[in-house]
Amino acid sequence: MSAGRSVGRDVPRVDGLDKVTGAAQYTADLKFPRLLHVAVVRSPHPHARVLDVRTGLASRAPGVRAVASGRDFPLHTGIYLKDQTVFATDRVRFVGDPVAAVAAESPEAAAEAALLVEVDYEPLPPIFDVEEGMAEGAPLVHPDLGRYEVVPWIQPKAGTNVCNHLKIRKGDYEKALSGSWRVFQNTFRVPQVQHVPLEPHVSVARVDLSGKVEVHTSAQSPFTVRHLLAACFGLSHGDVRVHVPYVGGGFGGKAGINLEPIAVALAMRCRGRWVRLMVDRHEEFFATVVRQGLSATLVTGVDRSGKVQAQKMHYLWNCGAYGGYGVNIVRAAGYTCGGAYEFPNVWGDSIGVYTNRPVGSAYRGFGMQEIHWALEQQMDRVALEMGIDPVEFRLMNCLGAGKSTVTGQVLDEHAGRVDLCIRRVAEEIGLDPARERRPYRGKGIACAVKAPAMPNDAASSVVLKFAEDATLEILIAGIDYGQGLMTVAAQFAAEALDIPLETIRVKGCPDTDLSPYDWQTVASRQTWATGNAVLRAASEIGRQLCETSAEVLSVPAADLTLRGGHVVHEPTGRSIPLTRLVMGYQFPDGHAIGGPVAATTSYLPEGLLFLDPETSQSAKPVAKWTFGAQAVEISVDPETGQVTVEKVAACYDVGRVVNPGLIRGQTYGGIVQGIGTGTMEELVLDPKTGRALNASLMDYKIPSTEDVPTVMTVDFVETPQKDGPMGARGIGEHTMIPTPAAIANALFDACGVRISEMPITAEKVWRALKEKEKVRCRTPLPCRPLAAGPFSAESLARHLSSLPVPARTVALLTGIPRGNGSVDSVTVKWAHGRTRALVGTLRSGDVREVAYQPDVAALTGLGPGLTPTGDDLLVGLAAMASRLGDAGLVDPRALRAYGGSLGGLASASTTPAALALLGNAANGLYPSVLAAVVESLGNPDVQPETLLERAARLAAVGAHSGADLLAGALALALGIVFPEEAR
Amino acid sequence: MRKTITLEVNGASETEEVEVGMTLLRFLRDRLDLTGTKEGCNEGECGSCMVLLDGRPVNSCLVLAVEAGGGKVTTIEGLSKDGALHPIQEAFLAHASIQCGFCTPGMVVTAVALLRQNPDPSEEEIRSALAGNLCRCTGYRQIVDAVRGAAAAMRAKAAAPLAVSA
Repeated sequence: MSAGRSVGRDVPRVDGLDKVTGAAQYTADLKFPRLLHVAVVRSPHPHARVLDVRTGLASRAPGVRAVASGRDFPLHTGIYLKDQTVFATDRVRFVGDPVAAVAAESPEAAAEAALLVEVDYEPLPPIFDVEEGMAEGAPLVHPDLGRYEVVPWIQPKAGTNVCNHLKIRKGDYEKALSGSWRVFQNTFRVPQVQHVPLEPHVSVARVDLSGKVEVHTSAQSPFTVRHLLAACFGLSHGDVRVHVPYVGGGFGGKAGINLEPIAVALAMRCRGRWVRLMVDRHEEFFATVVRQGLSATLVTGVDRSGKVQAQKMHYLWNCGAYGGYGVNIVRAAGYTCGGAYEFPNVWGDSIGVYTNRPVGSAYRGFGMQEIHWALEQQMDRVALEMGIDPVEFRLMNCLGAGKSTVTGQVLDEHAGRVDLCIRRVAEEIGLDPARERRPYRGKGIACAVKAPAMPNDAASSVVLKFAEDATLEILIAGIDYGQGLMTVAAQFAAEALDIPLETIRVKGCPDTDLSPYDWQTVASRQTWATGNAVLRAASEIGRQLCETSAEVLSVPAADLTLRGGHVVHEPTGRSIPLTRLVMGYQFPDGHAIGGPVAATTSYLPEGLLFLDPETSQSAKPVAKWTFGAQAVEISVDPETGQVTVEKVAACYDVGRVVNPGLIRGQTYGGIVQGIGTGTMEELVLDPKTGRALNASLMDYKIPSTEDVPTVMTVDFVETPQKDGPMGARGIGEHTMIPTPAAIANALFDACGVRISEMPITAEKVWRALKEKEKVRCRTPLPCRPLAAGPFSAESLARHLSSLPVPARTVALLTGIPRGNGSVDSVTVKWAHGRTRALVGTLRSGDVREVAYQPDVAALTGLGPGLTPTGDDLLVGLAAMASRLGDAGLVDPRALRAYGGSLGGLASASTTPAALALLGNAANGLYPSVLAAVVESLGNPDVQPETLLERAARLAAVGAHSGADLLAGALALALGIVFPEEAR
Repeated sequence: MRKTITLEVNGASETEEVEVGMTLLRFLRDRLDLTGTKEGCNEGECGSCMVLLDGRPVNSCLVLAVEAGGGKVTTIEGLSKDGALHPIQEAFLAHASIQCGFCTPGMVVTAVALLRQNPDPSEEEIRSALAGNLCRCTGYRQIVDAVRGAAAAMRAKAAAPLAVSA
């Protein structure tokens, strides 16, 4: 009897009972005898020299048992770049930088004593922005950068504020750019944000009298904590023991070391005592770590067909005061700068810049949400301006089997299918280009991709062993801080050994003295890495069980299988229950064979190759890519600018869904965290003092139940990952990557404004809407949208035959200057030719030609006047094109491309008044006098007399603007409806 | 200044001498070792420390222990009885509503109070009731589903004897 399938089933999480009853213990829940409490003395300056630290008074204060400060702990540490000491020694680099700490018998005594620590500072000029940090002669945050120890694949630049610089050079970017049909350049920004785990950071440490260090901490990487603590204090790894109990959220903020060194430093000063450092919610915001800021400039060159040929990415990362994980984010962002797309020619620079802001670190997505914020908006802008549907444009350019990434890695048929994800979410949200549009409601899409960013030799290992009753115990050192690692580890083992899930216990709270090694719980790598290790261990355990059973049953081991908690000999049906095997088998005569069954196995990614240091080309830089897409529908309140996300659809190619309930939870959670960073969150510093202004949950809002969409649909593609456990690949971080960009794209769709700096707050949207309004107000003529009405060619013919056309209009229509000083011959000829060409392309529906806009560019600013003749022609043409579009006579995509061309004109190309008119036309607003005529032409319900009257009113506008507007409208009407006559 | 208080916590009477400035949260965690009630912000913003005080959900970080004197307090530890879970706890397991678990006790406690007051809440009413309980992991979808599921189960259970007799 089989135990039934386990992988793919919606089994409840194995740590659920602990957590739902209150039994689960987190670090702050642990009891320690005679616990000491810590208060940290932090820098009030963003940048200053530390002249002196005097701790005498503090150490004599009541209840104080230990005081520690900088000069006693001079060793540098850091996961990749060793640029940080336990306490600031010679200088402080951000407000909150620890300078000293006090351990006392009560939190109150510690806090009071901390006030008695005297520090003399000499303030230095601070740097808060990346641009400032990159400027020539900028103050240096780390003047000793050249002397720090660093791993070979991180490249800091001594004598600057650059802590890492990764270059991507693929193909011939310059040549591809100069050969491009159109080129687009935009800049996007992302501020620093905070992780806000519900459990603040907390660490407890003791140094016993023999000098051994023991730590209990809320951390994502117990072995890395041990490794870095050993480096910090010059200890053997064997003398540092790290325990991680349940962890209340981390999202990257609890990767590596955080508070542990301070707790250990104090514990060294009062051996034998347990010392606990807990930050409060206020300190959590700025004194732990934050997500890095980003300033990204993108240049995209496309060919006529809409395929991207040249792509440039210039990233400046605001790393804050220390490199930490940030330097590797810089690297990961570099080699992922192409996102989910194939770019044949790439010039990428990803540069990490030290500033005097809180320390940037890993945050769910590891830089990917930030770069996708830029790239996915850029792709949308390019698509719309090229007149291509954004969904189609993504499908044209996306990666897939046989396509090559920015590092030159060619994907094979086992790679995830981003194209399927795009199609599914587009369908779910209804991103049909012909969809009905409602004012202030919009839809948008964005893709996502991420690979685990980790050293090539990052490994996970597990121990599988049996208890006497055949309960399988799984020891892991990956941390289940909510994502469900313990549960999926049990599922893999249950499936592989065909034993009931109820007979498995996962020991998920590691102790580095006893648990098998695991590099870190980061990079969405655990289901994949630990999952693989579990499957290998299960296979080894199966081998041991079958070997013993083969001897018992006197059959070949190859004929034995594991089924339902038994080893079964299939040909005869004879079987042995695991309970009789796991501690060794005893024969009736008393002799025993085998022995306690157990296995220790590990998994290390295979075949990864370093990036070329100059070009970052590599055939296999990362273990795997997980692709996906999200689409959203939003509404905008035009009064307040408030954006409401109404519906989100997400789809990822996860290789294999291991647990549907858990993976849905990962996805919902990521979407909502994405809505948080996308629309609400920003850590704001006072630009003068560098202090955080919103370091509380009252001022820094994260989404609550009332801020999130009720409709979130989640879908998965399952293209098996070749080296994934049962085909699975990582998903934890990916779910929050595309959300902000999708919302930004939907915002543009809803109301034509673009917010390029995260988050999309109501204030920013409101200001952008007002700005748009202002442009409208500056137009010389009042504007309005066209009213809908019937149209027929017969009516148009009838109207035209009875319409007296001003001489100037006729001249522009025929290209023959006539009349008394109406218009100069050069303008007439140019204007006529270009108008005809433009009408021709609109008629042909050649969207890309329209988008290329050579004729639009030529007409802009052509002729004299407040609104030059060329611009009036363009506006007249736009109004008529819109009317004929409604009648189905002009391709809607060509129309949008034309609108895009008008909206994208540079301010230098014509007069401000004309620019305002063109901008309005791009948004579907036309001078009322023109609109009245355009609505009438070809409308069978409008009498010729009415039209006559309206045309006369139009012709009377300005010196010649009315006639020119009319010429534009007529040129298009004639060209589209009567192409033969027009010729 | 210290004061002796007597209160009922999860059905048991407790008498303790406390500093008058001690919060109910500290009292529960440090004096009674009831660590299921979590400290997330200590400023009444996150809801992780939610307990029932005389049946009403309160942020225990904003209530002084002396204020709770004479009252009845229910924490997450008081919701399951000898291993039998409260239907809301069952529903949180069944709907995959738990991730890191740090907000879970507070969420469950708030949901208990809601369903006592309103046995058949709409999605909107559930969202409104839980708006003071922050969760950074789940996106709330499965939490709201669990509360709806629990409400239905509790109503079905309440109606069951009638159904049998009919």
